[in-house]
Amino acid sequence: MRLVIDGLASIRSGRPVFSGLGLALEAGEALAIMGSNGAGKSSLLRIVAGLLPASEGSLRIEGGDADTPLAEEAHYLGHRDALKPALTPLETLTFWQSLLGRPLEAPQKALERVGLGHTAHLPSAYLSAGQRRRLALARLLIAHRPLWLLDEPTSALDAASEAMFNGLVVAHLASGGMVMAATHAPLGFASRIFTLGGRS
Amino acid sequence: MIAAFIVLFRRDLMLGARIGGGAGVGLVFFLMLVTIMPFAVGPDMALLARIGPAILWVAALLATLIGLDRLFQADDEDGSLDLLRMSPLPLPLVVLAKGLAHWISTGLPLALAAPFLGLLLALEPKALLAVTGTLLVGTPALTFIGAIGAALTAGMRRGGLILSVLVLPLMIPVLIFGISATAAALSGTIPFMTPFSILIALALFALVSGTVAATLAIQNAEG
Repeated sequence: MRLVIDGLASIRSGRPVFSGLGLALEAGEALAIMGSNGAGKSSLLRIVAGLLPASEGSLRIEGGDADTPLAEEAHYLGHRDALKPALTPLETLTFWQSLLGRPLEAPQKALERVGLGHTAHLPSAYLSAGQRRRLALARLLIAHRPLWLLDEPTSALDAASEAMFNGLVVAHLASGGMVMAATHAPLGFASRIFTLGGRS
Repeated sequence: MIAAFIVLFRRDLMLGARIGGGAGVGLVFFLMLVTIMPFAVGPDMALLARIGPAILWVAALLATLIGLDRLFQADDEDGSLDLLRMSPLPLPLVVLAKGLAHWISTGLPLALAAPFLGLLLALEPKALLAVTGTLLVGTPALTFIGAIGAALTAGMRRGGLILSVLVLPLMIPVLIFGISATAAALSGTIPFMTPFSILIALALFALVSGTVAATLAIQNAEG
């Protein structure tokens, strides 16, 4: 399976963010998207996720089920953790697992892998910023999606959690997954670097 | 797909019922609007009984607006809406599930509370029944018309104010036929079913067009 991006351009509010962007991502490969603030890292991830329209160019996933749209082949981890304060971590993961389909790991097991097993029944409102980020990471594990789109995935994570996160990514890549991560700091796993030009 | 629809519907019901969900606020607001009316118009029982159905309808309409702004805004703010858009459940069904759950936690309680509040306004039993019946059919129409405004203002801070201004004019037909069905049940110059079936038609129309319009608004939001 591979992701192919061809001649992609993005215009936001009449201002060109990037244009003529082309890249290919093979199974088992990680891509670190770097670039200055406003270079379009988040826009690129949101376009791949289908959340923003591309002004030009094409995106396709090769070697997958032809009937499955790209958005359903991808997990998106944005700046916001997409958690409800009133729901417990276990309820949150159980809900998303039923909604997303193609279940992978049991919610409780996913929580244990990100080190949140003990908070399973605590409302998410009581979690710290780092714990909330880890809960958002656990959502990557509960449903099968070959492509992970990660926007600043390690924000709010401490060193130990970052090591845990690197382990998750390495395991995902080993199983033939793909990762695209927008980042400022170098990532803790082997990745190809793609730099977006900044605004002049 | 049906399973995913039910799961989302149940989550929204659960969120509405929990602390911070705000499902009860509209109902309390409804109660307050109705109870302050006798203070405003005076303790004339005959007058209250005559304008009672109108009071209940206007109060229900205003109470529907409370909390409507959070219908999509809450999911937009915390990023859940992005993930819902990427899920295998088609976006119109996401909107429908959220709208239905919102109606059950905010609109349905208004219709069910109406007969009790009608007693405060000295309504006769026939009027109580008519108001409850019309509100039962009319509140889903109000919720789904409101969903259009909620989707348009989802990304806006303080969008609730603009939302009210946007959707209130669109709710007028529902109000007109809700009131005229109630009046028909009481006076009997025209059959009750004539305005009532138009009200049902408006509700069904709002269910479909509100869902489609809200879907388009969410899809085309810049963000």
